[in-house]
Amino acid sequence: MFEVFAFGSSGWGDEMLMGALMTVLVSASSLILGILIGIIFAACKLSNIFILKIIANTYTTIIRGIPELLVIYLLFFGGSGAVMYIAKIFGYDGYIELNAFTIGTIAVGAISGAYSTEVIRGAVNSVHKGQFEAGKTLGLNGYGLYGRVIFPQVARIALPGIGNVWQITLKDTALISVTGLVEIMRQSRIAAGSTHEPFIFYTVAIILYLVITRLSNILFDKAENTYSKGFVSKGAL
Amino acid sequence: MRFELMYESFFKIIEGVPLTLQVVSISTVLGLALAIIVALMRISGRKSMSIPAYYFVYLIRGTPLLLQLYFVYYGLGQFSFIRESILWPILKEPYWCGIVTLTISTGAYSSEIIRGGILSVSKNFIEASGALGLNKIKTFLLITLPITVRQALPAYGNELILMVKASSLISIITLMEITGIARTIISKTYAPVEIFLVAGSIYLIINFIIVLAVGLAERKLGTVKAN
Repeated sequence: MFEVFAFGSSGWGDEMLMGALMTVLVSASSLILGILIGIIFAACKLSNIFILKIIANTYTTIIRGIPELLVIYLLFFGGSGAVMYIAKIFGYDGYIELNAFTIGTIAVGAISGAYSTEVIRGAVNSVHKGQFEAGKTLGLNGYGLYGRVIFPQVARIALPGIGNVWQITLKDTALISVTGLVEIMRQSRIAAGSTHEPFIFYTVAIILYLVITRLSNILFDKAENTYSKGFVSKGAL
Repeated sequence: MRFELMYESFFKIIEGVPLTLQVVSISTVLGLALAIIVALMRISGRKSMSIPAYYFVYLIRGTPLLLQLYFVYYGLGQFSFIRESILWPILKEPYWCGIVTLTISTGAYSSEIIRGGILSVSKNFIEASGALGLNKIKTFLLITLPITVRQALPAYGNELILMVKASSLISIITLMEITGIARTIISKTYAPVEIFLVAGSIYLIINFIIVLAVGLAERKLGTVKAN
């Protein structure tokens, strides 16, 4: 039963592990892209400019109300076209094709970004007003105020929420297997098809996801402890 | 923008709405029953019940729904004892595989919501009900359950929206609901933006109705004072 998982050309062991690595890579890059999107749209939501608020609210409502699969189809079928359209404005007229990894990262990053927006917005809101005022009183502005005073506090409060976003993102990457990126899901499908052993390969895929979830939980707990140094208990202000 | 195409495809995509709603409602009802059982197992205080329930929830919440769907649809069919069992008429149909998977998934997620709702019921109510001479079962049905329903409603509304979104995955196992039809039209016409807008709006309308209905139910049930 286990010879199908031999390493090398005779089995699927190394392929499955590479698939797991790809899942982690695409999840991590989507999470980072999502956090960047989240910072921008959280800033829009917190700003006093009406149009920016509308744009940010539309984005989060659409992503949270529409199936992830539909967003992935939009970018999978429309992503290259959009990039070529933008390139045309800048004077480039050639054919551009995005690879599955890039499209997957953009699609899952866009989904993940909507959740990150809410997490970051909540975290910024929970930083005490006095911190902004004290920073300004000390003559800080721009990077000094936001980078050195506000960001470390936001990061600490947002971390548990970002941990949840990571779990969602990790599971959403399974959907980009439909675009052909060979991660855990796609790899187990290929292996199941060629060996006629779907049960065992999907079981292994389940185990791989659970292992990744478990390991990342440990990492996030460690990070939370590091960022909470100097605080009485986790999450207490 | 090809507005004529959007207009035409709207009437094609809308034909998938009944299937989406059907699958969502059947699995929501079955899933709710499963969720109540799992939640009661978790808070039973007996390890032989709470540990399996804990791992069931952990397993479902830790793996992608698509993988669960493949596992049920392709994985289980591999065994001849399943193919010869009485379950096979159900498990050979993509329709029922979709419902089974969505039921199990929402059962695990909702059990956490229900557990939170049950635990939020103040001890005072339970004690008062004991003082009035109600037995355990009557206390659960007449006191705990109605309060749990009210407390769990907002979170359960979110779960319903997630279910509508999750139902799009059954298009991957050949079922032609909203997303399935949308995908077919996209690959025929190569107009992803237009079709996305049409199918996306249909989903947004469905979810908006759910939000309104849950809000209405919340107002109707009023608020629970803790003491």
